[in-house]
Amino acid sequence: MEPLSNKRKVIESKPLSFMERIYLPAIFKGLAITMKHFFRKPVTIRYPEEKREYSENFRGLHSLKRDEQGRERCTACGLCALSCPAEAITMISAERQKGEEHLYREEKYAAVYEINMLRCIFCGLCEEACPKEAIYLDGPHVASDYLRKDFIYGKDKLVEAPLNQ
Amino acid sequence: MGLTDILIKLGLIVIIFLISLVIAMYSTYAERKVAAFLQDRVGPDRAGPWGILQPLADGGKMFLKEEIIPTNANAFLFIAGPSLAILVSCIGTAVIPWGQQLVIGGHVIDLQVADVNVGVLYIFGVVSLGVYGIMIGGWASNNKYSLLGAIRAASQNISYEIAMGLSIIALLMTTGTLSLRHIAEQQTGFWHGHWFTWNVFSQPLGFLIFIICAFAETNRSPFDLPECETELVGGYHTEYSSMKLGFYLFSEYINMFVSGAVMATLYFGGYNFPLMHHIHSPNLVAILGVVVLFAKIFFFIFFFMWVRWTIPRFRYDQLMDLGWKVLIPLSIANIVITGVWITYFK
Amino acid sequence: MSTFYFIAFLSIFFSILVITAKNPVHSILYLILTFATFTVHYILMNAQFVAIVNFIVYMGAILVLFLYTLMLINLNKDSEPQKSNIIKIIGFIAGGCFLVAVVAALKAYQTSQLVVLQNPNLGLVKNLGKILFNEYLLPFEVSSILLLSAMVGAVLLATKEPKTT
Repeated sequence: MEPLSNKRKVIESKPLSFMERIYLPAIFKGLAITMKHFFRKPVTIRYPEEKREYSENFRGLHSLKRDEQGRERCTACGLCALSCPAEAITMISAERQKGEEHLYREEKYAAVYEINMLRCIFCGLCEEACPKEAIYLDGPHVASDYLRKDFIYGKDKLVEAPLNQ
Repeated sequence: MGLTDILIKLGLIVIIFLISLVIAMYSTYAERKVAAFLQDRVGPDRAGPWGILQPLADGGKMFLKEEIIPTNANAFLFIAGPSLAILVSCIGTAVIPWGQQLVIGGHVIDLQVADVNVGVLYIFGVVSLGVYGIMIGGWASNNKYSLLGAIRAASQNISYEIAMGLSIIALLMTTGTLSLRHIAEQQTGFWHGHWFTWNVFSQPLGFLIFIICAFAETNRSPFDLPECETELVGGYHTEYSSMKLGFYLFSEYINMFVSGAVMATLYFGGYNFPLMHHIHSPNLVAILGVVVLFAKIFFFIFFFMWVRWTIPRFRYDQLMDLGWKVLIPLSIANIVITGVWITYFK
Repeated sequence: MSTFYFIAFLSIFFSILVITAKNPVHSILYLILTFATFTVHYILMNAQFVAIVNFIVYMGAILVLFLYTLMLINLNKDSEPQKSNIIKIIGFIAGGCFLVAVVAALKAYQTSQLVVLQNPNLGLVKNLGKILFNEYLLPFEVSSILLLSAMVGAVLLATKEPKTT
């Protein structure tokens, strides 16, 4: 049959020669290879102390952003929840009261904003859908935990820390 | 024999026992470290600096684990198995000459527990007993995998004992003695006349056969078929837990230590080292000799690990073929060659 | 002397256990202990070489094979062979012959002189080797030929016959 590529390699199964049959040269070759690796620098990254650099488009934990004046950008439009293929996002909106202008940028804001991290697939569609540039997946990994309910992250974990603090 | 002599002997026994246990403990650590280094990793490094306390943590874990004795197992033999395994591996150290005589305050201290005049045969006997621990444990577990592991261990040990004995016979023909101390003394220094004094240079083939058989007798990879996890779950210690499992693992490492010591003594000059005749203080020579012997033993232990992480496991029929069809004829040929050599060139 | 009696008691005790033990594997284990006491007997007689050879060959090899075979055979109570009357009669005759032989030996022992070893160090390796290879060279070699023929016979029995078809 005509080979489709030139990568085909015919394996010869000749009986082993005497030098091959005493195995010792091959064993010493193997020992030399492992010894070479013995002196090589370990590739291990000791995780909690050292961290591997994340790629620039790595998508990690979500954070809800604030604007330049430290106000929450999210206006609870629900586009992120709508776009979410895993249905991980839920929110309850509320109207901004008088005197809360320094807290929320828009007139409507998310009183409750929850992401179920067990459902989230970190696709980044919420980030793309957001018209207010309020949500970004720029955090680290989601930490492990013991209970399922602890994986539902609320605003306390998601919202960025206030600016001047 | 005075009281002090008896005390000294007792002290020596206790020290050797402790040393072999500590070495066995740290062999488990060394095994993981060597494996890691050979695979470009770091190995255990959390318990203490560089993970130095890891064996203590492992030992503590072993002690605290739940002790399980299967319902249908023969409880007495189930416990006797690991006890026998570790007992047999510990008594092998009795005839190893650890160094030359020390003279402290008029007391001559032999750095050897017992200079038996059949020392080599004693070692051989202990090695042949070693398989009972595995067999009894494997049978008493009442588990087919354990039984298969035990049976593999038995047939493997018996097969390789023959080649090992024949390779030692060739060595004994050149040394003319069965006492390990005499064999060690014959290899004094490194170079005498026009040839090396160490036996490995007069018996290279014998040493090769001996070390291969040592791998098989200690059930180390590439001959670790009795505990071959891809086929037999855990082999003969499938049903074991807690410190009884620890005893099996420990006895394997003590066996490695003893076989390293035997190989160093029989073939690599024991406590002798090059240029030892230029040091005039006998005590210094004795102490340096102990250090050198341990360096050789550690090298052999390292070699055991190095091979383990390099060569894949044999198939069972290949193992038997190698033992019966290759090593035994080779060692008989070695005896004939040695006989001819002794008759015509010595 | 008291050591001798103690060890002799142990050997007889263990040999009785060998024949009374219900479980064949236990029986083999008692046999191992019996051989261990024999080894001690040899050491007491200053026959170190015989002691260590007994240790290696009997305890270390032959009994391992016994144990090995017994582990492979499924010895249940049901599979125990039926003891017919003929077997009982044969056993009785064999036992009677053995008894006669033992009694005869005891009577002969009373009449003959005590055999005294000329050289108490005969059992040491060096002396034993010299005697075996000088005085008793012919019986030694004949026995080795006997063993060789047994080995050849075993190999012949074990090899498969070539298929005649």
